[in-house]
Amino acid sequence: MISEQENWSLVIEPREKWWNFRLKEIWSYRELVLIFVRRDIVAVYKQTILGPLWFFLAPIFTVVAYNFVFGSIAKMSTDGIPGPVFYLSGTTLWGYFSTCFTATSNTFTDNAAIFGKVYFPRMIAPISTVISTLFKFGVQLIMFFCLIAYYMLFTDANLEITKWAWLFPLLVVMMGGLALGVGIILSALTTKYRDLKNFIGFGVTLLMYVSPVIYPVSAVPDSYKWFIKFNPISPIIEAFRLGFTGVGTVDAIDLVYSGAFISVILLIGMMLFHRVERTFMDTV
Amino acid sequence: MSNTIISVENLSKQYRLGMVGSGTLREDVVGWWYRVRGKEDPYLKLGDKNTRDTKGSSNYVWALKDVNFEVKQGEVLGIIGKNGAGKSTLLKLLSRVTAPTTGTIKAKGRIASLLEVGTGFHPELTGKENVYLNGAIMGMRKSEITRKMDEIIDFAGVERYIDTPVKRYSSGMYVRLAFAVAAHLEPEILIVDEVLAVGDAEFQKKAIGKIEDVSAGQGRTVLFVSHNMKAVSSMCSRTLLMQDGNVSFNGNTDEAIDRYLGASAKGGDILQHVGDFEGNNTSIEFLETKVHVPSNGVIKTTDNIPISVTLRFTETIEEFHLTLHLWTASEIRLLESSTKAIKVQKGDVKTFTYNIPERLLNENQFMAKFNMVIRRSTVIFSSPIVIRFSVVEAVEENDLLWYGKSNGILSVKIDTVVI
Repeated sequence: MISEQENWSLVIEPREKWWNFRLKEIWSYRELVLIFVRRDIVAVYKQTILGPLWFFLAPIFTVVAYNFVFGSIAKMSTDGIPGPVFYLSGTTLWGYFSTCFTATSNTFTDNAAIFGKVYFPRMIAPISTVISTLFKFGVQLIMFFCLIAYYMLFTDANLEITKWAWLFPLLVVMMGGLALGVGIILSALTTKYRDLKNFIGFGVTLLMYVSPVIYPVSAVPDSYKWFIKFNPISPIIEAFRLGFTGVGTVDAIDLVYSGAFISVILLIGMMLFHRVERTFMDTV
Repeated sequence: MSNTIISVENLSKQYRLGMVGSGTLREDVVGWWYRVRGKEDPYLKLGDKNTRDTKGSSNYVWALKDVNFEVKQGEVLGIIGKNGAGKSTLLKLLSRVTAPTTGTIKAKGRIASLLEVGTGFHPELTGKENVYLNGAIMGMRKSEITRKMDEIIDFAGVERYIDTPVKRYSSGMYVRLAFAVAAHLEPEILIVDEVLAVGDAEFQKKAIGKIEDVSAGQGRTVLFVSHNMKAVSSMCSRTLLMQDGNVSFNGNTDEAIDRYLGASAKGGDILQHVGDFEGNNTSIEFLETKVHVPSNGVIKTTDNIPISVTLRFTETIEEFHLTLHLWTASEIRLLESSTKAIKVQKGDVKTFTYNIPERLLNENQFMAKFNMVIRRSTVIFSSPIVIRFSVVEAVEENDLLWYGKSNGILSVKIDTVVI
């Protein structure tokens, strides 16, 4: 028999403590994150001619459609700023969230081939997704800034860059964190029972309608405002608009609330994900 | 501190068969409720031995059950067994692809596995990009990969294609590149599963050389899973034989292989038929037909194979020849061989033995029948197929040329002269 004092560097047991997230191990695999990010970005454009230009097309068409339906027909408020700027500010951030969320919620099914053969901390996959989606987000952001510059320089639209713009990096981290948290919760819940998968598609659409993407919080009737403000996405989008267009209904408390909400979601997500990651291969 | 590098204790893995549905949810909830109260999951008490071909009594099977073994530093441990014996499950647990149901694995150092190969290779990325990707997935540092890049490309022999997407690679190149990355991982423990099934002879030789190098030269430990007995025999100092989720033998490689071949050749392959069929000639009675099988239960290509038939004669026959007809199981006619002219008296019992020389028949299944000819022209008796037997390829020392099965029906060695 082996004496207890031996220093095993690896001990595999049937169950692990739920709070043992192995964060240190995830950190030690940081290079893998970068390589995955690179793979995701490079692989999408291999054998395309226009490459990243494709990223421009989706938001342009979306904004044109929104401007027509919600602006020209429904005549919804845009907080007094030009329609295209308003809708693009909403869809750019929202697009980042929904892309991350949809991709991370499929973590196990999409990566089953790799996960089935080799071990690395499974969290690496959703983390890489959230980071590589930043590239697409960045490209669309450039388009957004160009649009703002156009309106500020060539029109007399009432746009203003405020000090809230400094919060921008934090807002992106929050949005990514939330998408990661909700995404891994769903990925953990759907490995064995696929029921919730049916919900993801229209769930994202529904969530968009209760977030201030196509309307400003200021246009929401007072009796429903609490509901919209309960949504942790609202302060993020409003703060983003306040920073880059000068209009938005948000204060520090809203953002702190949102941050706390996201932290809780992330924690729950890590717990669920960690429970599932060790044996998901048996049920996926 | 002992030099044990892996210690596996009471390792078991249970799988649930059938479909996932609402019944599964119920069982999950029940199992969870038992665990919450600190009791044992009742479903862990269920479960059959993992035998593929028999119907079990419950939906749970134990792919592995109470497996114990240790591996020492620098050892090359072979793991053999039939399909479904639990080899892959064991490797999956060792490489942390999935967690065990009960039991513990303890190890010292990095375990890298080659469960099949090319893990994570992305078809759109170039060879080089995939080396980085694959290396990082297996836990290598980027600087480490960069340092070894030339060596890896050289080992794989795909220099010309290194900047081409791997989807354009031939399957052989793909495997070479994948194996090359893994071979340069330098983990303390390397798990190799069936890599030798692919690749040509030259590459197989290279791969085996590398594995031997890794274990002998660098003192690292290799777990080698294969159906290729030649490779196992030439590389492994010790071998585990897995059977129905258990380790049925743990020790000397040659003995493990003999037991494995014995176990797999059994099961009605050797038919020792007692002649109770309706003869078309009343003057002869079949008493016994027999193939002599060595004590380990396996006929190898290096064995002499005596086939015998015992007959009782109810009439006197002046002169006859008894002919053995040998066929392969796929009904290719191999040969016929006759006795010299024989005379028998009424009531005689005679045993005729045909010694098929060693190194004549290659690994295959064969069948035999007999017929009797009088006056060198008239067949007075023709038996149906009365004997079936299997021959397996022998593993020979110093036979490192080719790790695959030899092809063909014959295993005759032909002298070669090189001028």
